[in-house]
Amino acid sequence: MTTVAMHASDGLLDAPTSVLFGAVAVAGLAVAVAGSRRDLDDRTAPLAGLVAAFVFAVQMINFPVLPGVSGHLLGGALAAILVGPWVGALCVSVVLVLQALLFADGGLTALGANITNMALLGTAAGFGVAMLLRRLATRSRAGLVGVAFAAALVNTVVAACGFVLEYAIGGQGAVSLGGFAAALVGVHVLIGIGEGVITALTVGAVAGARPDLVYLLRRRAPLREVTS
Amino acid sequence: MRAVAGRRGAWFFAGFAVVALLIAGLLSYVADSDPDGLDSVTQQGCTETGGELRGSCPAQHAEDHVLANSPLADYAVGGDDAFTGIAGVLGVLATLVVAGGLFWVLRRRGTRAGRDDP
Repeated sequence: MTTVAMHASDGLLDAPTSVLFGAVAVAGLAVAVAGSRRDLDDRTAPLAGLVAAFVFAVQMINFPVLPGVSGHLLGGALAAILVGPWVGALCVSVVLVLQALLFADGGLTALGANITNMALLGTAAGFGVAMLLRRLATRSRAGLVGVAFAAALVNTVVAACGFVLEYAIGGQGAVSLGGFAAALVGVHVLIGIGEGVITALTVGAVAGARPDLVYLLRRRAPLREVTS
Repeated sequence: MRAVAGRRGAWFFAGFAVVALLIAGLLSYVADSDPDGLDSVTQQGCTETGGELRGSCPAQHAEDHVLANSPLADYAVGGDDAFTGIAGVLGVLATLVVAGGLFWVLRRRGTRAGRDDP
């Protein structure tokens, strides 16, 4: 039976590599939990829950990128731009955990690798790009939309590079790593364009309705607002 | 000002939730069912005949999901793709509950309370 499995299945990586990236994921999530406490308050917590639910929904929508090949949103850059990198990483992680447990999507032993790639690496890279281009994003709506596109594209490609790294360390099956890397990164550039479009549309829509809720736009604003 | 923001906030949050539910519940039916980027690349070197991979490719090492027989496996209900939308809506609600609950527990209490309006 063909499945629309979206994430790495069990068995693609050997056991030590799965354990290694399970540990990486746990460590990364611990850091994200610590960092996210600062960014979550009575107003942003509900938004963050919605962002996670939205990422789950959009991840279901595979779009064609090549004949016979599809792709879907990963969502790290989208979440990070809207609710910050720490909370964003947790949003994507919750989605990945539920997909693996409820929908048999993404292997259980591969969960660490999937979280490392899509929730940690992709989100960090996407948010890094967004911060580098932040001046552009705060200048105009068009700037923000463009930055969201670029951040999402980089997010997708870096997540794919994460899997290449894991496959290089402990991948099963005799393939040339160079060819594998080129094919995987190449197809994720195309998927990243789709991810960029979806992210740009979503961030643009949220900024149109409630610019005050967009994390990227209000960073360095009253972050350290002390109320007692 | 705060009161207005509160009302607008409620509408905004409701709208966001409805969009997510519509995407998972309806748009999911037109999602492309071809293998995604990772699946297609791990299948390179193999040809699929009768659901079996022949040749040599990483995907041959992929194992069936341990929970492949769970009720919502593969975004279906009891294996029936006709209910993808229902599986999707349940997934959105589950994500909302789990993520929303997690973030509510982690939040800083009593700061920037958006509901201090009368």
